[in-house]
Amino acid sequence: MSHHEAEHHQHITPTKNYFLIWLTLVFLTVVTVGVSYVDMHKFTVFTAMLVATVKVMLVVLFFMHLIHEKKVYWLMILAALSTYGIFVILTFADYYYRF
Amino acid sequence: MTELSANSELYAGGHVEHFDPVSNKMGFWLFLFTEVLLFGMLFLAFAIYLCDFPANFKHCSGTLNVPLGGTNTLILLTSSLTMALAIQFLQRGMKAGSIFLMILTIACAVGFCVIKYFEWTHKFELGIYPNSEALNNFIPSIFHHAPTSTLGSAPRGDNLFFGLYYTMTGFHAFHVLVGSILILLAIIFVARGKVHKDRLSFIENAGLFWHLVDLVWIFLFPLFYLIG
Repeated sequence: MSHHEAEHHQHITPTKNYFLIWLTLVFLTVVTVGVSYVDMHKFTVFTAMLVATVKVMLVVLFFMHLIHEKKVYWLMILAALSTYGIFVILTFADYYYRF
Repeated sequence: MTELSANSELYAGGHVEHFDPVSNKMGFWLFLFTEVLLFGMLFLAFAIYLCDFPANFKHCSGTLNVPLGGTNTLILLTSSLTMALAIQFLQRGMKAGSIFLMILTIACAVGFCVIKYFEWTHKFELGIYPNSEALNNFIPSIFHHAPTSTLGSAPRGDNLFFGLYYTMTGFHAFHVLVGSILILLAIIFVARGKVHKDRLSFIENAGLFWHLVDLVWIFLFPLFYLIG
């Protein structure tokens, strides 16, 4: 059984790929900081969050190897994020309808 | 299973060692979801109060040091790289290289904490810390764009911003500390041969925890430092 498991996770990501992801993350960090100097009023926070989400996806997919994991992991992540999403939606629904 | 074949000690107590990398990893991901919800709720609190006090939050955000925060971001991103590579090296049986990369990861963590120390102590000197007089004497004003001063009275929005700042960066720094300890343990286990290329769970999970620390900072940095 251990032999079978050892086979399953021998997808070894090449060093070069890790460096490419890291470079992209560094570049996106520079973009985040640069864009913050452009005043977009209401969209400043939204844009920052958008770039942050892209960075998070890169870390989760490649550094945390989600891209190589079983499909059920996507279901687990969906469950966790949906739970959080419910909290966010309910909280803001309450907030925006307060007097 | 190699564990069962040779070592008679394993049978002596009637208990068989059982290594389940699939469950080890999945269980750890489930734990990570609880961490996501922990920080997620703090971010939600931040979001609500940002809606309540946009001007104050933007002003306070401007008082934070972007170069230092940006450097910390780059430090953590690099530490994620070194940790991912440390696992990859161990997958390839390169024990010494793996340990070296984990030492680099911890070095990055130390660097991060040093910078955080300077940022916090600078704020302490200005009288800005949880329950400080400056933050407590807030004006419960409806004029959310009231001017702020570092000593004296601060608007409520400032109190909320810095309360969230210390709570969230504090929780995060605590996770950096715990993560560093996990990586230190990984170094010890790899050095002793307890964690190796056919038994990676401990170092993989330490890596996952470390990446989570990085993820939290990826959101923390723009929200606290860059909205001003």
